[in-house]
Amino acid sequence: MADDLLEITEDNFQGTVLENEKPVLIDFWAEWCGPCRMVAPVVEQIAKDRPDSLVVGKLNVDENPAIAQRYNVHGIPFLGLFENGQLARHAVGAMPKAQLERALGLD
Amino acid sequence: MTDVHDVIIIGGGPAGYTAAVYAARANLAPLVAEGFGAGGQLMLTTDVENYPGFQDGIQGPTLMHHMREQAERFGAQLVQSDVTKVDLSTRPFRVWIDDEEHRARSVIIATGATARWLDLPSESRLRGFGVSTCATCDGFFFKDKHMVVVGGGDSAMEEALFLARMASQVTIVHRRDEFRASKIMVDRALANDRVHVRWNAEVEEVLGGEKVEAVRVRDTVTGEHEDIPAAAMFVAIGHDPATSLFAGQLDLDEGGYVVTDGTRTSVEGVFAAGDVQDRVYRQAVTAAGTGCMAAMDAERWLEAHPASAGEAGEEPAGALASRKD
Repeated sequence: MADDLLEITEDNFQGTVLENEKPVLIDFWAEWCGPCRMVAPVVEQIAKDRPDSLVVGKLNVDENPAIAQRYNVHGIPFLGLFENGQLARHAVGAMPKAQLERALGLD
Repeated sequence: MTDVHDVIIIGGGPAGYTAAVYAARANLAPLVAEGFGAGGQLMLTTDVENYPGFQDGIQGPTLMHHMREQAERFGAQLVQSDVTKVDLSTRPFRVWIDDEEHRARSVIIATGATARWLDLPSESRLRGFGVSTCATCDGFFFKDKHMVVVGGGDSAMEEALFLARMASQVTIVHRRDEFRASKIMVDRALANDRVHVRWNAEVEEVLGGEKVEAVRVRDTVTGEHEDIPAAAMFVAIGHDPATSLFAGQLDLDEGGYVVTDGTRTSVEGVFAAGDVQDRVYRQAVTAAGTGCMAAMDAERWLEAHPASAGEAGEEPAGALASRKD
């Protein structure tokens, strides 16, 4: 899975996500989730396309349940776009790149 | 893109990968556009108990991983990108993968099927907040809660049984008074203490503001309404073939399935395999079986229709020769 993406945890969430000046895209995922594996390369590509304008990270919901709960994540893959400390947009489920970019307003 | 491939395979499920194994072993150096959904529906399952050769069952994603590696071992070129457009009216055929044009003398369509939704506004609003088509993905979030499964086929039984391991109770909502699922799955579901059935009921609305709180059903016999309190609703009412790319270019039936004779479609040189052309069996093993058939049919068709003079110089002859040893 994506080794080059930031790993977001309960410890770094505040600083890396909420206090980031740039928009942050977080892929909420888990080991046992097939569609998460399907969407992972799409998220990596989105990160590669925007090396300067977007921070992209992955958050394991098994290991960080409190954050998933705080944002009411009840289905994964959950792709959340955070801006200025707020969850601005989100998309749920595996989908092709163009569709995901549209859902997140990145197109 | 100047190379003309012998065959492009569209789809990365059991049909696509099996076609890739056979085509690669026939030295056709297939290009496989797996799509973002690489692995297909089996990526959403856990135990696959009816794929022959695995006497103790196998995890769906593991099975797909094996098939993919097997195709790769024999020289199939796999790309995890989507086909965005096809043109089946020209020869060679034109296939755009992530908007990049590729050409091929034959095409195997194995795009499979995707889960069907009820198409209710409340359903799409609460998707990801308790509404789901993937029990193995999202059941985790509703431990010890009451969950509803909608449907009456094998996948509904499978989802209900999977969810019963973690739910306080699972209610299967089905619009008829009997299931169409296989007997073994029905028996297992009905024997499970945590699985209950609400017969003759159609879902009218999913209730809840920010997350699912109840499912409102209408009894198809009495017409009465009932709200079933639930934290989640899993929809398992079947699948639709993924054929929108081909509409107007190939014969599709009224359900959108590719019309086939064997694996041949209405366009010569275009073959179809797996769930995209199967409204009857829809099993991993039948998808794999028809994938094999499509590759063999494509190989025979290519033999009978050698590349024209214009294309001949562009054949990847080197690639073929190097795979002969």
